[in-house]
Amino acid sequence: MITGSQKPINEIIKLVEPYKKVLILGCGTCVKTCFAGGEDEVAVLASALRLSFKQMAKSIDIEELTIERQCENEFIQEASPGIARNEAILSLACGAGVQAMAKRFAKEVVLPGVNTTFIGIQESPGIFTEECSGCGNCSLAIFGGVCPVTRCAKKLLNGPCGGSQNGVCEIDPDTPCAWHLIIERLTTLGQLDNLKTYIPPKNWNTSLSGGPRKLIREDHII
Amino acid sequence: MKPLSRLHEKLSQGKFAITGECGPPRGSNKDVIDNKITLLNGFVDAVNVTDNQTAIVRMSSIAAAAHVVAAGLEPVMQMVVRDRNRIAIQSDIMGAYSLGIKNILCLSGDHQKFGSQPDAMNVFDIDSVNLIRTVRDMRNTGKDMSGFDLDVAPQMFIGAAANPFADPFDYRVIRLAKKIDAGADFIQTQCIYNMDRFKEWIRRANDEGLTEKVYILGGVTPLRSAGMARYMNKKVAGMDVPDEIIKRMDGVDKQYQADEGIKICLETIETLKELTGVHGVHIMAIEWEAVVEQLVTQAGLK
Repeated sequence: MITGSQKPINEIIKLVEPYKKVLILGCGTCVKTCFAGGEDEVAVLASALRLSFKQMAKSIDIEELTIERQCENEFIQEASPGIARNEAILSLACGAGVQAMAKRFAKEVVLPGVNTTFIGIQESPGIFTEECSGCGNCSLAIFGGVCPVTRCAKKLLNGPCGGSQNGVCEIDPDTPCAWHLIIERLTTLGQLDNLKTYIPPKNWNTSLSGGPRKLIREDHII
Repeated sequence: MKPLSRLHEKLSQGKFAITGECGPPRGSNKDVIDNKITLLNGFVDAVNVTDNQTAIVRMSSIAAAAHVVAAGLEPVMQMVVRDRNRIAIQSDIMGAYSLGIKNILCLSGDHQKFGSQPDAMNVFDIDSVNLIRTVRDMRNTGKDMSGFDLDVAPQMFIGAAANPFADPFDYRVIRLAKKIDAGADFIQTQCIYNMDRFKEWIRRANDEGLTEKVYILGGVTPLRSAGMARYMNKKVAGMDVPDEIIKRMDGVDKQYQADEGIKICLETIETLKELTGVHGVHIMAIEWEAVVEQLVTQAGLK
């Protein structure tokens, strides 16, 4: 999933302050799962904002709505009437959702309420970890299912650096060394020989280095 | 192969080589380098010039290494892949060689999180193994990474780092082999304080025939105080200072701790001289260049 975390309330207050009527728009898929922008978070944020503005003796009308996904036109449509009634949309979707809304409603103000963080998983309740950087050329097969491009702080492809000790990355004692995990996994799988394989320089053209990417499915173009 | 540098020549003659270290200044003062070189010249075969070590911004290793050349000593220019993509890497290698820099040490580089500007974006376009390979391929094929023929290809003596004290230990010899396959001519190791572990690493490297394919220079850093020993053990990535070394430093009155550090360092060098598969010593007397003369002389290397 795409993970994110809600922006600090003070930053959100500054974003919505210039407007009298604001629609807080939740997104019911990824950011709901990571507790940043689903229906519950929309409700809590709306209450917090109402209270804050009341304390500042300022008036603001806040409307709440959560749609299934802000990144798909099919669902975005549901938000049309609410958007028409308000001066600004505070989107609690990821960056893709915010931009999809801005594309669809070209004349409306769309504000981000969430900091999009990464493509990851919920490793244990409340703990989300980054697993994939969408490099466009997956090599997980040789690395035993652990991605060094994403999970090694130096994106090393030919083994761990000299800073790996006791299974921990040099940057932070709470970050496991990806190469330690790779070696553990390959040992379990009996594929430790993979490590001797020389990995040539990565082609980053399929990543963001090649510019904003586009995925074209000819068979689905109407 | 004709020796590519004086360091290469010394090692190829089977002589025990000594390299030192010169950290460039945090600014543009060339005198800092000249002063360090004055202290090292005559006592080392070559001097490593660090590349923004611990990710603290300093004078570039290329410029500083060029000053070392001008001062009459041979530099080992360190290059990290943290700050340059492959375009800048190849360009800098060509430029460095044109300035008379003949040795290079290929490194990943400390993560910028440790440095003075942790907000920086890192690069890591290629890793250190591929940096080694890039220098080797430019030298041996006369082409850049795209296959373009270079008019004069840099002919550098290629070094790499090895850390026998990092984990997973079993993988460290595989990693060494990988660096040798990529084209490393010599290896400088992380500072040795845990001699048992170093001996085990070199034994495995000997068993696999790796020490016949590459020159190994054991890294040493004289300790100045017990506090430094503790700091290095805790705060410096990939460092292993065993308790007995810390205790030994602690057991000496503060004013004599530096002498004890020198003594430990001399004992380490003595052991390294006798170890099969070790071809020299790399003395990293960080901001303590004056001690190198004493170490080299007392170790009987001069």
